[in-house]
Amino acid sequence: MSTTPKQSKMLLEIRNATKVYTQRAFGGGTRQVVALQDFNLNIPKHPATITTIAGESGSGKSTLANLVLGFTGISRGQIIYDGLDMATATPAQNIQYRRDVQAVFQDPFGVYNPFYRIQHVFDLVIRNFKLAESKAAARDMIEESLNVVGLYGEDVLRKYPHQLSGGQRQRIMMARAYMVKPKLIVADEPVSMVDASLRAAILDVMMRLRDNGISFLYITHDLSTAYQIGDQIFILYQGTIAETGSTIDVIDKPHHPYVQLLVNSVPVPDPDIQWEGTIELPADEEMRTSQQAGCRFYPRCPHRMERCLSAAPRLYPVGKNGHVASCFLYDRYDEAVEAPQQTT
Amino acid sequence: MTNETNKTNGQTPVLTVNDLRVYYETPRGDVRAVDGINFTLNEGVILGLVGESGCGKSTAAMGILQLITPPGRIVSGEIVLDGTDVLKLTTEGLRQLRWSKLALIPQGAMNSLNPTMRISRQIEDVVREHETPQTRMNKDAMRTRILELLQWVGLPERVYNMFPHELSGGMKQRACIAMAIALNPSVIIADESTSALDVVVQRVVAQTMLKVKQQLGVSMIMIGHDMGLMAQMVDRIVVMYAGNIVEIATVNHMFKNPGHPYTQLLIDSVPSLKERKPLKITEGITHDPRNPPPGCIFQLRCPFVMDRCRAEKPLRQAIRPGQEVACHLYEAQPDGSYIDLREVSDVHDA
Repeated sequence: MSTTPKQSKMLLEIRNATKVYTQRAFGGGTRQVVALQDFNLNIPKHPATITTIAGESGSGKSTLANLVLGFTGISRGQIIYDGLDMATATPAQNIQYRRDVQAVFQDPFGVYNPFYRIQHVFDLVIRNFKLAESKAAARDMIEESLNVVGLYGEDVLRKYPHQLSGGQRQRIMMARAYMVKPKLIVADEPVSMVDASLRAAILDVMMRLRDNGISFLYITHDLSTAYQIGDQIFILYQGTIAETGSTIDVIDKPHHPYVQLLVNSVPVPDPDIQWEGTIELPADEEMRTSQQAGCRFYPRCPHRMERCLSAAPRLYPVGKNGHVASCFLYDRYDEAVEAPQQTT
Repeated sequence: MTNETNKTNGQTPVLTVNDLRVYYETPRGDVRAVDGINFTLNEGVILGLVGESGCGKSTAAMGILQLITPPGRIVSGEIVLDGTDVLKLTTEGLRQLRWSKLALIPQGAMNSLNPTMRISRQIEDVVREHETPQTRMNKDAMRTRILELLQWVGLPERVYNMFPHELSGGMKQRACIAMAIALNPSVIIADESTSALDVVVQRVVAQTMLKVKQQLGVSMIMIGHDMGLMAQMVDRIVVMYAGNIVEIATVNHMFKNPGHPYTQLLIDSVPSLKERKPLKITEGITHDPRNPPPGCIFQLRCPFVMDRCRAEKPLRQAIRPGQEVACHLYEAQPDGSYIDLREVSDVHDA
């Protein structure tokens, strides 16, 4: 990259990220599974935002989280953090990256060691990142973090994980991530295992941390929570972007046939508004791993055209603020956009 | 305690649960997971059973199915299915009852299939287990029946010879539905059967379950916590809190005029896809399940708690036709109607 770290306006840039998994097939030989293909994303430094990555299982959203967190190597493309391509980072830069980018995972029951008190979770982070000079400083730091997520008093630190509810455990994970003062938190389905009545508290913490200058990469399959808190949204279908733009625009006016189906399928909590019509999944739904030439939604699309078989659609503009959809139905402009624009 | 039976359009009850109590033994006393619940399931009705995790909804279902294992035990109660008290049955009687009259679509149905057996074989097992020498089907008849079941739930013919790992989550779920309806049961209990699926697949499975209800007339108990899905699928909803039923109402009453403060909280916590609203945060302080407080079970979390709630346990009363609420906020009037004490001024003595 030609830009030096200090000049970059972007916190995180993902350029043409592609991840191919090689599976060993039954009886020898290998099989290539494209989990994510040519994915582009920009997260600006200011102001902090919540960027949602949504999609069904197998859409590549967790693969993206794993790439950003460095849990798996990238096949093609770049992940650029603060102007620095992470593939070329020195060990010191890598450590800084791991400090700046924190994670909160789906399962608040599996991330704790049941033998240690909650205090231990915080002690470990302070020790590993050498965050505090003295015991008193450490105590203040823990207290501040707990207050940010809406927990008060030292009681909670003396408890064991099993004495807390799923919502409390997840908030402690947020507090742990916050204590490192990261720039970005990758939250992979943070509310899907928490009770519906306690979800709001976690979403509220995410909004509060955003207002404190921490950006989020919020990975979810639940459009309604994204709608409540998200700024920018990317809806993935089988490893490619189906539609992206500002969350309100995309969900209020979905353009891609898949996104329309997705938004319509969210059950409405009102018995007077019933699902419209019945839908069928194609029989060969599970045969999805081969890399086809055309649009990946072709087998299920109600508006499919001959053209959709021969080439994959690019992202065509469908609205304001960088609202684009990858569907030939919107191929009415001469110039196609190359990458999604920022909404800010 | 209730007079539920003579309600809901005069339909006949297929399942009645009276004062069911299921406790789990722990070194420091019994955890009262289900603490005296009463309800009736009528023919051809889908009953939703909702509440937060740990409220006892799954334990209640396991109690009805007699699948409680130690340290859990059924302390008391009566479960009447088609005129038989399930709790008085012998092991053999229970074996005959399961699948043929009372079927289960388990939580995470996708992991409950045997990975080493083809789908056809697993459905055949269910049918063969309940055959008598007189009703024994030959191989061709069995094959036809299984293919018919698969087609019925919208699965292609080739699933017959497939193993569970070759199916997607939604397909496995539908294979479980095929198994559940194989013997035309009176009641199907579906425990969180769509909660691990994507919304589109969830919608397909939900459609299949609605078809089971409409075309086969099977009654169902659907356990879940997705209020949106409940609004789309069920006829009546039972709301549980800490082992007790706090409200039973038709789906319309439940969403339009939720009665119990806990139900109101549940409905409010559903995020909307139509408008951005400020998030409503509720803290989850609950009592020790071994030692419930005297009075109302919800008193520690209730925003409207009164002195009376701490002393006297509210009984479930029908505040309007089709809606029963266990809450002191609703006071009976001499003419038989109920008033909401929150709408009358100066009631807060707490």
